[in-house]
Amino acid sequence: MSCLKQSNLRGFACEQSCLTRSDGSATFNQGCKEKATEQLIKSTCETVLLVALHPRTAVVIVLQEMQNTGSLLSCCINACCQALMDAGINMRCLVCAVTTTVDQEGHIILDPTSKQEEDGKAVLTFAFDSKTNGVIMTTTSGIYSSQEYQECLLSAQHASAKIFEFYRDSILKKLSRVS
Amino acid sequence: MEDSIGKVVIPGDILQNLDEKKGKIKVTVGPGLIRDGSHIAVTKSGILRHREPSVFWVDCHQKRYVPARGDNVIGIVTAKQGDVFKVDIGSSEPASLSFMAFEAATKRNRPNLNVGDCVNAKLLVANKDCEPELVCIDSYGRSSGLGILPNEGFLLQCSIGLVRQLLRNKFNVLTFLGKAIQYEVAIGMNGRIWLHCHTVRETIAISNAICRSELMSDEEVQIMSKKVVDSLQGFE
Repeated sequence: MSCLKQSNLRGFACEQSCLTRSDGSATFNQGCKEKATEQLIKSTCETVLLVALHPRTAVVIVLQEMQNTGSLLSCCINACCQALMDAGINMRCLVCAVTTTVDQEGHIILDPTSKQEEDGKAVLTFAFDSKTNGVIMTTTSGIYSSQEYQECLLSAQHASAKIFEFYRDSILKKLSRVS
Repeated sequence: MEDSIGKVVIPGDILQNLDEKKGKIKVTVGPGLIRDGSHIAVTKSGILRHREPSVFWVDCHQKRYVPARGDNVIGIVTAKQGDVFKVDIGSSEPASLSFMAFEAATKRNRPNLNVGDCVNAKLLVANKDCEPELVCIDSYGRSSGLGILPNEGFLLQCSIGLVRQLLRNKFNVLTFLGKAIQYEVAIGMNGRIWLHCHTVRETIAISNAICRSELMSDEEVQIMSKKVVDSLQGFE
């Protein structure tokens, strides 16, 4: 899915070849950025939850934005993962997300602030699973080369290892008082 | 797998590669563990527990109850549909309780159960595909502590982890408090505790003590129970 940000128009996104039987097809999203973000978070969570163990039930996740200083989507996904762990729902593995941005000079910035995201050429968010450290979700906006994509992916993967360590430490601290 | 017993595990941890051990090993996996191909993987974050000879499970501090067959639960009757009562046990679906599932119940002699009453029942049927079913008798037809709970009690909701802790430890906050205060208690595996004391003051004190004991060690629980008992009896 590719997204474009223009000054007078609301942000729009487009996905092609979504229908298999027709000759051509496309979905065009104009101004529904929140819905698109919701769908991303929902599909990321669906990948890690063992939904087959709970048929005919709904898992409702409510995300409240307290403060936004950049990297909002990855913060949302990390919060979701922690909440699902705390709820005790069966999960295949843990998930964490990292945002990277490519600035005008081509440097990669990890976990950018809102200003860095706006000034950059492209913003790329990756979600990783804890078992294989593989990518389970990617969303990008802006213009970037395939080499820049690979560099962002590598640096995000290294950062994800730190986040998983933090998850483990936080649960260790929480359960350390219980025998 | 044996070296992780008593340690904290998180979803995605692989505990045992069954292919490595040739020969017959029989491992029973409980809640929080799943057989994933040739591995045993963890699906919930918590502490890995073990019971002889080969039963493993993860103790998780969760609040939402998932019905399991054989669990003793405390439910609240929400509706009466013909010969069946609908009971809320905190799961995603209300459970059904037939009027014949009580001690000495016949078609003429029905139990005196109304909407809003609390029942202490056992889960007869509980799987993900159908509605849970409760009974208030054991396989011999005796009630053995199950049945309608009197209206004078107080129903307390807490996490599943706390309830399991109370039932697992022989010496817990209930035994410490029971040395000085007289009370009746019914513990449901769905995170509900029914309490009955002589006075309102004692009920509040005991329910507060139970809730606070969740993340305390044994010594701290003893100290806290002593403080509660002292303040109830008038010594500050």
